[in-house]
Amino acid sequence: MEKKKILISGNEAIAEGAIQAGCTFYAGYPITPQNELIAYMAKHMPEKGVFIQAESEPAAINMVYGAAAAGARSMTSSSSPGISLMQEGISYIAGSQLPAVIVNIMRGGPGLGNIAPAQSDYFQATRGGGHGDYHLIILAPGSVQEAYDLTQTSFDLADKYRVPVMILGDGILGQMMEPVQLSTKKIKANTFKGWALTGCKGRKPNIVKSFFLREGALEEFNLGLQKNYEIIRKKEERYEGLFLSDAKVILVAYGTMARIAKSVISQLRSIGEKVGLIRPISLWPFPQEPFNLKNKKIKYLVVEMSYGQMLEDVKLAVGGRQRIEFLGRSGGGVPSQEEIINKIKKIL
Amino acid sequence: MEKIFFRTESLYDVATHYCPGCGHGIAHRLVAEVVDELGIREKAIGIAPVGCAVVAYDYWNFDCSEAAHGRALAVATAIKRIHPQNIVFTYQGDGDLAAIGTNETIHAANRGENLTVVFINNAVYGMTGGQMAPTTLLGQKTATSIEGRQKEKHGYPIKISEMLALLPGVIYVERVSLQSPQEVLKAKRAIKQAFENQINNLGFSLVEVLSPCPTYWGQSPKEALDWIRDVMQKEFPLGRIK
Ligand SMILES: Cc1ncc(C[n+]2csc(CCOP(=O)(O)OP(=O)(O)O)c2C)c(N)n1
Ligand code: SF4
Repeated sequence: MEKKKILISGNEAIAEGAIQAGCTFYAGYPITPQNELIAYMAKHMPEKGVFIQAESEPAAINMVYGAAAAGARSMTSSSSPGISLMQEGISYIAGSQLPAVIVNIMRGGPGLGNIAPAQSDYFQATRGGGHGDYHLIILAPGSVQEAYDLTQTSFDLADKYRVPVMILGDGILGQMMEPVQLSTKKIKANTFKGWALTGCKGRKPNIVKSFFLREGALEEFNLGLQKNYEIIRKKEERYEGLFLSDAKVILVAYGTMARIAKSVISQLRSIGEKVGLIRPISLWPFPQEPFNLKNKKIKYLVVEMSYGQMLEDVKLAVGGRQRIEFLGRSGGGVPSQEEIINKIKKIL
Repeated sequence: MEKIFFRTESLYDVATHYCPGCGHGIAHRLVAEVVDELGIREKAIGIAPVGCAVVAYDYWNFDCSEAAHGRALAVATAIKRIHPQNIVFTYQGDGDLAAIGTNETIHAANRGENLTVVFINNAVYGMTGGQMAPTTLLGQKTATSIEGRQKEKHGYPIKISEMLALLPGVIYVERVSLQSPQEVLKAKRAIKQAFENQINNLGFSLVEVLSPCPTYWGQSPKEALDWIRDVMQKEFPLGRIK
């Protein structure tokens, strides 16, 4: 089959990637700036798939819980205030060891904030967000193509580890249009899930739950979760590194912010400045490897569309070996190439 | 000798954790008997609530899930849509279905989801220690309505069944009671009807079961049954609502 290339927005690319990955259940509630995603799912969900416009975000995420418990590849999408409302369900999905994909196309907060792009849900995404000791795998695409590809990866990772996976983008990524190479990957339709609720014909009943009343039972279960997270930490670090071998200043940025950082780098490299980039693609697990640089003189500049949330993970990864500077704006402000270049000049 | 009474296959042979005189055990058994009589044990998927019946799956011998407090009908909606051939039901208390989960309840009903709901109305929050529920009767004393529920402060007991009956997606609503053996038999018939409706793809069915909570009504099991008959059934009249 010939590979097709189409021009679509980031929101649509995520939706198309999900369908290509065999997502047969979507429930969501409209919120800007991810409305193209829900509309695309409504229009293109395959015939046997289920699309539901839920009455609220708590309903949507709990529908995703139900569909996942029933064995379907299921997804929801929302934006910051909606994701806050979903945290209850996300915690239950993690606690019931169900695979699901959750998309957060971030906007400005706190509160109703605005509908401008932001990256200020980083803490909420990477630190659990809901109650309890759990993690989601968080993937942050930096282009429309990557949004498409990582959505497919998300479903595979969710199934492999039985954890919820979040795609974390922002309003710019969601709405910008780029050409996307569609994949020809054959979906393993309805991968068998022995634990799913299908009716107990010919087997013992399956129970999907996150409640552990017997003394010590929850601790035992949580230790199991932690073991799973440890494996994920080891195996699922994803990042892109540019010009790291000779860089004096390394920019650290993810998602849309990394695109701006890349423009800065090509501009500065063209005049001989030694700048590089670390772009974390998995925000949890946060990539450790690229920060293992011995040269004490390297300086990092973390750039975010928030007031220093990823900064904390960079500090942990660098472990005090080198200096770290920060530049961030939020609430609709996006650090410009100029601002970044000025900051780098000061550091150099 | 001929054996005329059998253990219900859909109910495990274990002791339940419910208080003496509680209605949950009876209601569990009714659901289990109906599931067996309809021959749907291997197709059944039950959703346990958050409330005293949170571990209903420890007693029912078929596939089960639990849902966050109030969200059972969102979970059930998705499961049924994924597996339309299965028989999916929720089992929910009044706090679960009529307080925190009102939104999910109304909208699943309004979508006309082909589901069965067993709604246990004991006019109180049992699991958390006997606080006021939306269904608590006027004058009824609870941990959070110490002087008795007052309409001026707390509003009126909510009649979810009558409200849901207004929705076109809802095809069957009946209120039953566990007050006496005769009423228990009627309750079973209603629950069976609600499951049969789903088997016949008719839409959303709900059976509201007036159920005793002797512990938080501060009554003996016998007094609790009398109170259902003399007080509760006056506020929540029995019978088919739709
Ligand atoms: C989000 C959330 N809020 C509150 C609770 C605490 N809680 C557990 S059970 C319950 C009330 C249950 O009452 P009801 O549904 O009437 O069932 P019963 O225990 O009376 O059978 C509450 C408030 C919870 N588990 N989750
Ligand atoms: S508290 Fe009430 S509802 Fe809960 S088990 Fe005891 S009697 Fe039953």
